[in-house]
Amino acid sequence: MTLNRHAQAALLFLTGAALLHAGTTDLYLRYVKPGLQPLLLASGAVLIATAAATLWYERKQTRGKTPDPHPHPHPQPSPHPHPQPSPHPHPHHEPGISWLLVLPLLALILVAPPALGSYSAMRTGTALQQPYGTTPLPPGRTPLHLTVVDYATRAVYDHGRSLTGRPLTVTGFVALDARGRPYLVRMALTCCAADAQPVKIALTGHVPPILQPDTWLAVTGTYTSRRTTDPVNHRPIPYLRVTGAHPVPTPHDPYDETWNT
Amino acid sequence: MSTAHTAPPERADGTAPPASAPPTSAPPAPVPQSSVPPASVPQSPVPPAPVPPAPAPPSSASEPPDPEQRAPLTSSLLLTVVLLLAVVAQGPLRRALGAPVMQTWMTVFTAVVVQALPFLVLGVLLSAAIAVFVPPSFFARALPRHPALAVPVAGAAGAVLPGCECASVPVAGALVRRGVTPAAALAFLLSAPAINPIVLTATAVAFPRDPRMVVARLVASLLVACAMGWLWQRLGRPDWLRPADRAVHHGEGKGAAFWGSVRHDVMHAGGFLVLGAMAAATLKAVAPASWLERAAAHPFLAVLALAVLAVVLSICSEADAFVAASLSQFSLTARLAFLVVGPMIDLKLFAMQAGTFGRGFALRFAPATFVLAVLVSLLTGAVLL
Repeated sequence: MTLNRHAQAALLFLTGAALLHAGTTDLYLRYVKPGLQPLLLASGAVLIATAAATLWYERKQTRGKTPDPHPHPHPQPSPHPHPQPSPHPHPHHEPGISWLLVLPLLALILVAPPALGSYSAMRTGTALQQPYGTTPLPPGRTPLHLTVVDYATRAVYDHGRSLTGRPLTVTGFVALDARGRPYLVRMALTCCAADAQPVKIALTGHVPPILQPDTWLAVTGTYTSRRTTDPVNHRPIPYLRVTGAHPVPTPHDPYDETWNT
Repeated sequence: MSTAHTAPPERADGTAPPASAPPTSAPPAPVPQSSVPPASVPQSPVPPAPVPPAPAPPSSASEPPDPEQRAPLTSSLLLTVVLLLAVVAQGPLRRALGAPVMQTWMTVFTAVVVQALPFLVLGVLLSAAIAVFVPPSFFARALPRHPALAVPVAGAAGAVLPGCECASVPVAGALVRRGVTPAAALAFLLSAPAINPIVLTATAVAFPRDPRMVVARLVASLLVACAMGWLWQRLGRPDWLRPADRAVHHGEGKGAAFWGSVRHDVMHAGGFLVLGAMAAATLKAVAPASWLERAAAHPFLAVLALAVLAVVLSICSEADAFVAASLSQFSLTARLAFLVVGPMIDLKLFAMQAGTFGRGFALRFAPATFVLAVLVSLLTGAVLL
């Protein structure tokens, strides 16, 4: 069934409102990079304006041609020729394909799927990139907070030189491979979740005995030179010797944005 | 036939001065009108009873006479029912979508749509502005008269459209409707998402050790875009392109034409974007990644594998360089093919091209683009990388 203009206006308005909702809360960070927020808000506003314009011009156009709701017993002869029928067969309708726009709307508003987690992380190879160079870490003996990408990069490409003898804290979610070995993972994203790729750290030492995949953990530990390779793409995965771990809430931005431009 | 009903058409046809107004123009003043359009007078002797022809619900009262007016279920009503059902059934719906595969599918699907919609809206606004505010004479002056020369100029002009491929489809559609020769508009369609500064900068950042990759991407993409333009000029037939499905707006004001174009393009291209996002999400969530590893070992299979991957992943052209960089088990030439094919043809783009230019066009254009892009990537890779 084709969509008439009122249904189109409703769909445009709801889609625009959903984009504004996602853009003004942290919801959009589950799907796209933070840099897209202004564009999301602007396009949401444009969609709402389009819905308003559609209704406005529709009313303007129909005020002249709709039958009077309380018809006069003796219709007045009109001074204007009636503009209908239009030369276009279906000038107001959009084909059935437009119905598909209902799906992202429902996905965003009703389901709001979570950020990518352990399922896609274990299906994709670790995506470490060789850095331009590493900067020295600030000196001190207190636990230092590092991102998963930062730790893995320093451990693999700097051979842990900047990490040795220092307690470190790394936050990520838990993923288990086919043999049940635990990893701490963060998905790194460059544009949207479709291009998100995992960076993995294998856990050893005092790993908590029961680990639920997709739980967010802040893991404290130290560098170890032990390494393994990713079963998917055979690239190196560093180990972290765990001394303690505690669950943390999902961060506002569940993705790592190190590689964002 | 009553006199009350024959009188208005007679006046309208002959005597009244406003009858000379074009039939498409909206009436300027909200004058109460007769319930019977003049066209119905010769064919339907409606009784003079002052009852409107059908007790249509308010949502479809504005429609021209069509079957929907008589149907008990209008699209507005159906939309309301669908949305209400989804709200009522959201509990079972969420449980059904709780499996990791389904969640990944939903997340990737939502991400592709949310990521692409702003660029689609940008492209739709640009295309509406071209269609309404830029006179056709501008393009006649800006582009060389000879189509063979217009193709490379339009291809190089793609460098000025920032954004990804979702924006270029509606803009190219508007160019064709505005009288630009299709060969030039198609060269623009193919080159714009690949050679704009944002995409080239992203490529440079993703390949810090291989700056030649940026040059190779620029050269190969421009070559493919121009070659496809020239190919269309030689072999393309105008009837493969679907004729513009809406006439150029006479009569309506510019505002009405602009917003009408925006509404039409968002609904239309948006629907096809959703279709493409569904396909991309399915492949991302279901296809096993280990297939790729086996392909990487063969030099030619690797190029073909990454070209196919670019088609199915449907990644935005601003992000594809980073994905290509992470596919380090593949040769640079294979990754170049990924970067050249991706912005020109992928599932999402195919669906959008089919929506804008017609299925007959997309079915011929997409395979030709794919083959040419792979060949040119191989050639460019052999020379430059």
